[in-house]
Amino acid sequence: MIDIVIDITLLAFLAITSVAIVRMTNLFAIVMLFGIFSLLSAGLFVVMDAPDVAFTEAAVGAGISTVLMLATLALVKKPREPFYNEAPHAHRAWLSLVVVAVTGAALVYGTWDIPRFGDPDAPAQTHVARYYIENALPETGVPNIVTAVLASYRGFDTLGEVAVIFTAAVAVLLLIGGRRSKPAVEKKDKREQDEA
Amino acid sequence: MMDFIIGHYNYWIVIVLMMVGLYTVISRGNLIKKIIGLNIFQVSVFFLYISLGTVEGGAAPIIAEGVKVYSNPLPHVLILTAIVVGVATTALALALVVRIKESYSTIEEDEIHNLDHSL
Amino acid sequence: MRPNLILQVVAKFVIPLMILFALYVQFHGDFGPGGGFQAGVIFSAAFILYSLVFGLDTAEKIIPAHWLRILAALGVVIYAGVGVASLLLGGNYLDYTLLGSNPIAGQHLGILLVELGVGITVAAAMLIMFFAFAGRGRE
Repeated sequence: MIDIVIDITLLAFLAITSVAIVRMTNLFAIVMLFGIFSLLSAGLFVVMDAPDVAFTEAAVGAGISTVLMLATLALVKKPREPFYNEAPHAHRAWLSLVVVAVTGAALVYGTWDIPRFGDPDAPAQTHVARYYIENALPETGVPNIVTAVLASYRGFDTLGEVAVIFTAAVAVLLLIGGRRSKPAVEKKDKREQDEA
Repeated sequence: MMDFIIGHYNYWIVIVLMMVGLYTVISRGNLIKKIIGLNIFQVSVFFLYISLGTVEGGAAPIIAEGVKVYSNPLPHVLILTAIVVGVATTALALALVVRIKESYSTIEEDEIHNLDHSL
Repeated sequence: MRPNLILQVVAKFVIPLMILFALYVQFHGDFGPGGGFQAGVIFSAAFILYSLVFGLDTAEKIIPAHWLRILAALGVVIYAGVGVASLLLGGNYLDYTLLGSNPIAGQHLGILLVELGVGITVAAAMLIMFFAFAGRGRE
């Protein structure tokens, strides 16, 4: 019972935080709120019996991705201004609100047929999951089923994921790894000065 | 009725988060805010998977003596790798934002459009 | 950058513990929660803390950039190499049962090596990304 109460409270916090993120315009505050959002989700993953996922989310979401976003903000903010505010948007908001409301209503209608939260007889629990839980320890000798599935049963999948991370690192290096070239405007000014 | 609400509350919040993310992506012009919107959308998908894998009264999927019911390990595996891949792709998107800022000296979508059309 | 005494003292105390914890998560991942992905991220978080407190140049002296690039590739090579090794021993690709004297030992060794490869690549990739972003701000 206490599980359910914590689950409901944390999920409500998450929804409120996400709405606050949308409504704010100060990007530094938004990035810090996003860190809080990730920490709350890590707590929720613990409540939903997924300690491995919570571990990763706490380290990645609240740690690394916040640092990367702050580093980006430091690069894109205007010099001499301590904060970065997004420009007031010129679009009318109602069109996107209609799109979002219609999509959301369709998705909520879709939840009517989903088995209820925590149902032990849901189709998701009765097929391959049962095989993993029964055979992971005898077949691999590893008590942590998540590690056994990650590295052994689905080793190909994980190899692909590692390749994706490696590729992303290479792409980031290619995009912003070197020293910054001078902005085009300054270069032109300099050339004109040289000619003069 | 109460059972139905508690049993589907997780999915409804997932949908709320998903729609908040989608709204941020389509209605805001600032590129960093768009990326944060995408991240919120992504986290909502993580919750969908983990909610589907939860079993009532289940323990974390680490085999221990005296525990009969475990939650489903498969969504955990998928989401665990998805989180790390997610931060890698977010970093790539942020790198693109930095390059856009260096070429256009703005990261607001409207201003970038105007610059493109004035050339 | 102005040195901050309190930050430096606390960081010097915390960073070794973070690295130790990362190693624990890496090698205890078979029995408790953890594994290569988590360990790699915690390990890189320790170095990011170091470079935030002591400056980027000091951090780059400890892990030079070209080392990181080699390490990121090395992790993928270890992972794929375990697969090739199991192929050469006559099994399927990434089938670890033939790596050890009995199937359980083989699985143990295979999972350990694969997780090591994952951890090295994730840690190196995260550090590469952080140094790319932080180094861009330097003139």
